[in-house]
Amino acid sequence: MSIFYENREIVTPGDLLAEGEFEAGRNTYKIDSKIHACKLGLVEYKGKTVHVVALNTFYVPSVGDTVIGKIIEINLHGWTVDIDSPYLATLRPAETFNKSYNPQKNELSEFLNIGDLIQAKIIAYDRTRNPLLTIKEPGLGKITRGQIVKVSPAKIPRIIGRKGSMINMLKRETRCNIVVGQNGLIHIYGRNPEDERIAVLAIKKIELEAHTSGLTDRIVEMIHKERRGVV
Amino acid sequence: MKEKIRLVDDSGIRTDGRKPDELRPIKLEAGVLSNADGSAYIEQGKNKILAAVYGPREVHPRHLALPDRALLRCRYHMAPFSVQERKSPAPSRREIELSKVIRESLEPAIFLERFPRTAIDLFIEVLQADGGTRVAGITAASLALADAGIPMKDMVAACAAGKADGYILLDLNDLEDKEGEADVPVAYMPSLNRVGLLQMDGQLTPEEFEKAFNLAIEGCKRIYALQKEALKAKYLAIKEAVEEAEQK
Repeated sequence: MSIFYENREIVTPGDLLAEGEFEAGRNTYKIDSKIHACKLGLVEYKGKTVHVVALNTFYVPSVGDTVIGKIIEINLHGWTVDIDSPYLATLRPAETFNKSYNPQKNELSEFLNIGDLIQAKIIAYDRTRNPLLTIKEPGLGKITRGQIVKVSPAKIPRIIGRKGSMINMLKRETRCNIVVGQNGLIHIYGRNPEDERIAVLAIKKIELEAHTSGLTDRIVEMIHKERRGVV
Repeated sequence: MKEKIRLVDDSGIRTDGRKPDELRPIKLEAGVLSNADGSAYIEQGKNKILAAVYGPREVHPRHLALPDRALLRCRYHMAPFSVQERKSPAPSRREIELSKVIRESLEPAIFLERFPRTAIDLFIEVLQADGGTRVAGITAASLALADAGIPMKDMVAACAAGKADGYILLDLNDLEDKEGEADVPVAYMPSLNRVGLLQMDGQLTPEEFEKAFNLAIEGCKRIYALQKEALKAKYLAIKEAVEEAEQK
C-alpha cells in the first residue's frame, strides 16, 4: 500500500501512481496490483480509488449527455450529426418533433438541413453502433442565434465548476445564456454582441488556466475589467 | 582500397565530440501544431522531425475499419530537402517499411481496443535527417499521441546503439551509421519494461549485441525523462505564470 505522487501533481502516461489495494479510476489502468496513468493529467487519490483528471481528451459519447452537433448528411434513416467525437451520431425523424414523419410527403431537409447546428441529447450508445440522438426534450433543437465556442472536452467540468458554481457565475456576470455541450462545444447567446464577446473571452481563459486554483475569482475580476474597458 | 575513416579517436572521443555512451543534445516540444489533434517536434543532434496525430476518428475508406479495435495508420516521410541529395517525395521502399515498424512499435502502447471502428492517423515528417530518424520519429510520435489525449499504457522512447571503429556507441549519427559496423535501434516502454522495436543492421557478436542493447535501453530511459518533461512543460508554464501573477 503505497502512493507515489501528491494529490493534484501532474503525471504522464505510464507513470506508476500507486501499488497495493487500490482501484483504478478514470484515466488509469491496473496491472497486477499496480495502478498506472494512461493520460497526461492531475492525479487524484480518493480513498482507495486513483483517478487522473486529464488535461486534454477527446469526447467519448455517454448516454444522457447534452451535446452540440452539426448536421453533415441526410439519408433515408435520418440525419448524420458530427458531434466532435470519434463516432458520428444519428438523429432519427421519430426523435425530432411530435409530428409524424411520412417519407412520401415530407422532406427531411425541411426540418433540419446540412450545416444546421443542433443541441441534442444522447439516448443510446454502446460502441458497436453509432450514438443515437434526440431533440424531443425542451431546450433541445436547432440553434438559430448566438455563438459557439469550442474547448477541449477535458475542460468542461472546470467550466461548469463544483455544483455549477463557475457556470452560474458566468451566466450572472456576463448576462448571457450559456449551454454547455459535454462534447466541448458551448453555445452562448446574450442580449448584445458585447456580452457574448466577454463570455467567449472568459471561457477561453478558463480553458487555458483550468488546472490552476483560485480561478473563479480571477474570472470575475477579468469580466469586471472587460466591462469597465468598454464603458 | 579506400582508407578507413577514424570514427573514434585514441581517447575514446567520437567525431562530434561525444563520449561513447553519450546522447546527442535533444530538444523536445509537445503541441506545436494547432490543426492536428496532437503534435510534437524533436531535434536530436542535426535531426529535425515533426510528428502529428489525428483521431480517433471515422475510418475512410470504410472497409478498413476494424470491428474490435482502432486502426493505427502511420506514415513516415522524409522531406525532399531532408538529405544532401534531393530525395524524391514519393514514398520509397525504405519509408514504407519504416512506417510499418514504427506503427508496430507504437501499437502495444495504445489502448486501441477502447475505440473500435475508428482510425488514428499518425504522420512523421523528417525535415532534416542525420542518422537514427526512425527512433527519433518514434520518440516524437509517442509524445504526439500523448499530447492528443489518446489513452496509452506507457510512452514509447526509442534510441539506437551500434558499433563503429570497434567501439560500442550510443545514438549513432549519420556518419557512424554509414561507416560503422552495426546499428541496433530499440523502442522501449520504460514503465512497463517492454520492448516494441528491435532491429539489427550489420554484424555483432552475441556479447557485443547484448552490450549495445543494454546501452540503447539506457538511452531510451534518458529520452523517456525528456519526453515526460516536454509533455508537462506547457501546463507547468501556465501554472507558474498564474501563480506569479497572483503574488503581485
